[in-house]
Amino acid sequence: MTEPTLQVEILRYRPETDQDPAFQTYTVPYRDDWVVLDALNHIKDNIDRTLSYRWSCHMAVCGSCGMMINGEPKLSCHAFLRDYYPNKIRVEPLNNFPIERDLVTVTDDFMEKLESVKPYVIPKQERAVDEGPHLQTPAQLNTFKQYTMCINCLLCYAACPQYGLTPDFVGPAALALAHRYNLDTRDAGREQRQEIAASNEGVWDCTFVGECSQVCPKSVDPAAAIQQTKIASTIDWYKALLNPWGKR
Amino acid sequence: MDVIETDVVIVGAGGAGLRAAIAVAETDPSLNVALTSKVYPMRSHTVAAEGGAAAVIKDNDSLENHFNDTVTGGDWLCDQDAVDLFINEAPKELTRMEHWGCPWSREPGGHVAVRPFGGMKVERTWYAADKTGFHMLHTLFQTSLKYPSIKRFDEYYATDLLVEDGRCQGIAAIELRSGQMRAFAAKAVIIATGGAGRIFPFTTNGGINTGDGAVMAYRAGVPLKDMEFVQYHPTGLPGTGILITEGARGEGGVLINNEGYRYLQDYGLGPPDPWPRKKAMELGPRDRLSQAFWHEERAGKTVATPHGQAVHLDLRHLGEKKINERLPMVRELAHSYMGVDPVFEPIPVRPVVHYMMGGIHTDIDAATPLAGLFAAGECACVSINGANRLGSNSLTEILVFGGRAGRGAVEHVRSGGKDVDRSAVEVQAGEAQKRITALFQKPDGTETVVGLRKEMNEIMESGAGIYRSKESLEETCKTIGDLRRRYADVRLEDKSNVFNTDLVQVLELGSMLDAAHVLAHSALNREESRGSHQRLDKTERDDDSYLKHTLAHYAGEDDPRLEYLDVKITKSPPGERVYGGAAS
Repeated sequence: MTEPTLQVEILRYRPETDQDPAFQTYTVPYRDDWVVLDALNHIKDNIDRTLSYRWSCHMAVCGSCGMMINGEPKLSCHAFLRDYYPNKIRVEPLNNFPIERDLVTVTDDFMEKLESVKPYVIPKQERAVDEGPHLQTPAQLNTFKQYTMCINCLLCYAACPQYGLTPDFVGPAALALAHRYNLDTRDAGREQRQEIAASNEGVWDCTFVGECSQVCPKSVDPAAAIQQTKIASTIDWYKALLNPWGKR
Repeated sequence: MDVIETDVVIVGAGGAGLRAAIAVAETDPSLNVALTSKVYPMRSHTVAAEGGAAAVIKDNDSLENHFNDTVTGGDWLCDQDAVDLFINEAPKELTRMEHWGCPWSREPGGHVAVRPFGGMKVERTWYAADKTGFHMLHTLFQTSLKYPSIKRFDEYYATDLLVEDGRCQGIAAIELRSGQMRAFAAKAVIIATGGAGRIFPFTTNGGINTGDGAVMAYRAGVPLKDMEFVQYHPTGLPGTGILITEGARGEGGVLINNEGYRYLQDYGLGPPDPWPRKKAMELGPRDRLSQAFWHEERAGKTVATPHGQAVHLDLRHLGEKKINERLPMVRELAHSYMGVDPVFEPIPVRPVVHYMMGGIHTDIDAATPLAGLFAAGECACVSINGANRLGSNSLTEILVFGGRAGRGAVEHVRSGGKDVDRSAVEVQAGEAQKRITALFQKPDGTETVVGLRKEMNEIMESGAGIYRSKESLEETCKTIGDLRRRYADVRLEDKSNVFNTDLVQVLELGSMLDAAHVLAHSALNREESRGSHQRLDKTERDDDSYLKHTLAHYAGEDDPRLEYLDVKITKSPPGERVYGGAAS
């Protein structure tokens, strides 16, 4: 019996030679414990040395290998061939980002947005190392823990219709991270983050489609973070309205 | 040639590189830092560390305990002045991480929680569930965004150190997006590029762990220290090599052979208590556990899997609640990649290459013998890890020595010395560019990256693995030597500029072959068994001849030149490594 095989159709684009992106089809061995990344590595090693894509950990934690797989944003190291076999698999670079080459996208925009939300502890008062760690109960940790799980894989940006339409939108992962620090008992930087998070390009741009949370491989639920930020911003607004001279 | 002028250039933006960058920015905000990496910082392999980071913080523990566990675990090859400094700075560094927002797991009252790890007398591993490396890396990366003096150069592949007149004054690196070579001119360079596990076929290491930075320093004349010491982690998934954290055993997981028997009791690690006894059984040191597997396999007591022999890691008795709370990633990984739910079934595991104890020779200030060059993290060898690293010391090490490297670099820049010789930088970077151009221009070679890599992987596992012998190492040295020669004829098939991963893999293979070459020769020359270096023909530790560090010097096409340096013993004379019931 011949070894079972599977067809993988990959969107190729080499800016130095190609006018437009175009699909190229490869035939790879089918193994039920292989993921799409294994198939890409097989192609790279045995068929076509010019195929380019990002990867490293092969265990769904480094966030390098996000791609569109049959139209859905997925980590290629966590998308099993067995879920597609015997049908052809179509692999494309992540939606909503410019293609740098083949499956490699330009992600500068995300990196800038991540930075813009000040994703670090802004303490009320600097704490000296000698003072030791803060106390933080498991319950306090649990209020923000899920929002710390983001691996920056950008699947949520590829799924977000609003980011596709309005590139200025800060977007799910960055807003979820802002929310993560806002909720942390060690942090006092919410007001500084609100300049971006509560702006028109911040949470108010989100139309709550919820696609981001659907595709998140780490169950971060950025849509919930955005909704909670909206509610908190609305409360800020009413407080300011009712008590314009008071401290927020 | 574009020359980017800065004060400190850092190669590698994982835990050690980021910590170094922050240290520079905090020590002197007026100094510019160029933080370069071949990947985006959050892709660095620190991200995959699971179990935790060691530092003494609890009343039932002491610095002396941490010192002794580290030195004993390292089979007395650790420099004890370095270990002393390390254990003292460890609690401060982890506390700083806490202040920066690392989501450490907590006790009910809100104090940071600790768990036991292998080879520890008292539990002292801080953890963030079983994603500690991930949380530390993201905390460091996000914190680094605070400092305007840190400028990132993401996806730059460093090819060469620029050395003039006995001092390091920058690097040459390829910007992957454009394929253009850039020179970075700086008075100080810090290398923090991680390990080289990819020279072996089964490894917990990611695809990026190819030893580039260490080999870059080696080729520039800086010795590599103790490269023969390779840690096999006892519990990786067969096939993929995906890591199942030692934390799983710290929480009470047990290892059983094909008879359902806790075999570690036959290797001096008993008694087999039903609870996790410190320094015994499953909480013995990594080298001993991996070696026990090797014997079980030869005795026919292992379990066959589609990806080779394995033993079983049984977590079932911990129950679903504890597994979900403490080991969620273990459950997810086992389920996704092995089709096994550890709540109901044992996980097949086997030893896989995990960590290089050896690396760039540095002193306790993370300085190398080359003026202006510093190194920290897995690519460096201080040495605090000796012949076998104690689990959960490496995440702490990247902070302690990353920080020291950053502060050392600031001091070096401030202490004056000659200005960077700009014309030498340009000339040398031009030469680096020419070497890359030559790869593009040469007629198609006859050797492939894939073919050479496969042969290297095979001989390293069979000849320089968990157990070695004179014979197997001689064969390994010969094969790697041949592969290095054949590498001169390697074919670059992709001749384009933009994000050329064929080119990156060609260069990475060159690094791996040099690292493998040093490893094999250092192992052949060390005629004793110590820690992770086990020789079937020399089964005893030999302190008279080998209480020494190996220093390997680059000799071009020839074999490395080896010399030895005495281990610094300050207060713990070499003794017997005692584990099992006698140790607790």
